[in-house]
Amino acid sequence: MPGMSRNSVIALAASASLALLATACTGQSGAGAGDDASKETTLTFWHAWSAPSEVKAVQDLVAGFEKAHPNIHVDVVGNMTDDKMNQALRTGGAKAPDVISSFTTNSVGKFCSSGALVDLNPFFEKSGVDPGKTFPKAMNEYTQFDGNRCAVPLLGDAYGLYYNKTAFEKAGITAPPKTWSEFEKDAKKLTIRQGETYRQLGFMPNYHGWETTTEHYLGQFSPTYFDKDGKSNVGKDPAFAQAFTVQKKLVDALGGYRRLETYRSELGDEWGPKHPFHTGQVAMQLDGEWRLGMALDTKPKFDIGVAPLPVPDDRADEYGKGYITGTIAGIAATSRKQNAAWELVKYMTRDTDAVVDFSNAIHNVPSTLAALKSPKLKYDPRFKTFLEIAANPDSTTAPASVNGGVYLTTIQQFGYDYESGKATDLKKGLQQTARQIDTDIAQAK
Amino acid sequence: MSTLTLRAKHRRSALRTLAFLSPWLIGFSVFFAYPLISTVYFSFMRYDGFKPPAWVGTKNWAYVVEHYPLFWPALRNTLWLVVVMVTLRVAFGLGVGLLITRIKTATGVFRTLFYLPYLAPPVAATMAFAFLLNPGTGPVDSLLDRAGLPTPGWFNDPTWSKPALTLLALWGIGDLMVIFMAALLDVPKEQYEAAELDGASPWQRFRYVTLPNISPIVMFAVVTGVIQTMQYYTQPLIAGKVASGVIQGAGTQFEPGYPDRSTLTLPQLVYNLGFQRFDYGSACVVALVLFALSMAFTALLMRRRGGLIQAGER
Repeated sequence: MPGMSRNSVIALAASASLALLATACTGQSGAGAGDDASKETTLTFWHAWSAPSEVKAVQDLVAGFEKAHPNIHVDVVGNMTDDKMNQALRTGGAKAPDVISSFTTNSVGKFCSSGALVDLNPFFEKSGVDPGKTFPKAMNEYTQFDGNRCAVPLLGDAYGLYYNKTAFEKAGITAPPKTWSEFEKDAKKLTIRQGETYRQLGFMPNYHGWETTTEHYLGQFSPTYFDKDGKSNVGKDPAFAQAFTVQKKLVDALGGYRRLETYRSELGDEWGPKHPFHTGQVAMQLDGEWRLGMALDTKPKFDIGVAPLPVPDDRADEYGKGYITGTIAGIAATSRKQNAAWELVKYMTRDTDAVVDFSNAIHNVPSTLAALKSPKLKYDPRFKTFLEIAANPDSTTAPASVNGGVYLTTIQQFGYDYESGKATDLKKGLQQTARQIDTDIAQAK
Repeated sequence: MSTLTLRAKHRRSALRTLAFLSPWLIGFSVFFAYPLISTVYFSFMRYDGFKPPAWVGTKNWAYVVEHYPLFWPALRNTLWLVVVMVTLRVAFGLGVGLLITRIKTATGVFRTLFYLPYLAPPVAATMAFAFLLNPGTGPVDSLLDRAGLPTPGWFNDPTWSKPALTLLALWGIGDLMVIFMAALLDVPKEQYEAAELDGASPWQRFRYVTLPNISPIVMFAVVTGVIQTMQYYTQPLIAGKVASGVIQGAGTQFEPGYPDRSTLTLPQLVYNLGFQRFDYGSACVVALVLFALSMAFTALLMRRRGGLIQAGER
């Protein structure tokens, strides 16, 4: 084999390394709301639902719209992930969506601040609709950023407490806990150790425990994530320290981080039939309204109870609230049919019967105050708890941010460090977390 | 022949050369040169894919290096994997290659057995390993426990997650085994015979006959191993996700690196920054760090070991 010169070596190294790199650059076309919604037109609607029953529910919803607006036709495209939607919103084009529906509220700040979705305030005003009187408070909050309302709630999710009634009876517990102190006592009573592991765990408190994320815990402590200048409040608002302390106490009381993590690794996944609440391996579960149907489908060998999550002892009067999130809908800035698109968005998100029918089919919480009270809602009596949580004015959500959910993952990351004992100084850790959030937001602006 | 005719002939020759080279030149420009220049350009821009790019100077560089909390853990993990995983893979691949070339019976069966794991799709293989190494229910820890040995947390323990990934990489050693087998079978038999006549021990035959003959292949394995490890994305991401129990569903937040950022690698940061945070500028910074690192490693290895030059050819 011939020898290689120095330049050849560098050239070969460079060529090999170049293979690591790739990039893309796209633009955004101009559009507007100059179309006539009374004329014949076809809209493209992208949504994320994928299960056959859900896809049918969306089709029925759209069919109802087309019946009410015979001149507007809708091409429905399902199973679209946020990645695909973001790409389409950036590039626009003939096949790009006019209306999108995303499962996550985390991107609302990015959608609004970047102008990817149009501000719907003028549309609401033109239609004489007051969003504050139409949607529950928390849902109203997570669909806007800095006064720009670029999204509308399209059904919602409310978080509550599921509990194993049979296990409660065996442990001599007569009612679900209302405060975190009661909750800790009950969780300990419900925990049955078996050597290094558990025969039954009262509650999985770890932040990796499916829905026991920091923001879902924090919802019960009504924190103020940002001050009026938009700076992180994590280091200042005592609600954060209180929430982290409650969770850490639970972790320590129920066996410690490492033992709980090992037990968690033995358990089934969140979306499968072997979810530990279904199997009775965990007696209480923080979860969304969808868990009820999923749990009942597995025909568990115990009675399921549903209640609001506990509240801090000093906020006992707020019992009944919960964390709220949900699906959102919006109009693409690249759409040239924005007035027609508004008719579709308005129908799907505001028409009480349409919202109720959709909620009945999808088993999510309705997203308008009128629909929450509708007698046409069909549900298991236990589902009513979630309707009440959604309508509760004390219920909370995580606000939209310019860099999406990054601040939530930063808080969650500190949560992992704190629950595992890697971080021990709570005050210092929260202050560092706040600084990191501010730095990340400054980077995104 | 006049000067004019000579010049015309040279020009025609140059054009012909260029024409033959053009497919490569076009490919190189479109797929290598343009992305590289764009990456450098965007590393100095604020660009989220929605608004037009805006010049920010070295702000993205300062953010990634000084303030992005995942950068240094990812860099440390990537370097750990480059040093430990690549070394072990090359040593193990060579060892298996030597073993297979010495086996006289059922050679085909053994070759197939060792090569098959390499064909397993990375996602499926990683999920299978996460199952086997599950600290609560996995058969590996059950066996270790029965034998009275310590039972590591593997993908659930930050101390053991990278060794677990290394085990996974060693399991799929088929590619290197085949390359080393071909190289080992190519070593002239006369050299072994001469060494034996000189009274060389098996180790001396390996050290002074086998190794010099296959050194370009060893170097090839190391260089490609380093580049592959720099691009290591799928296995650590899947292992972290499966072990964490967090299935990235609609509306769920998932930061890669479980447990405790121990499975974070630089390519995961490119995705995290570029496609989860829409901070393309910072993603380009991480891509350029990867570029610089892989170039430095490759140049260093090629220069120190004399590149792809066989013994006796220097």
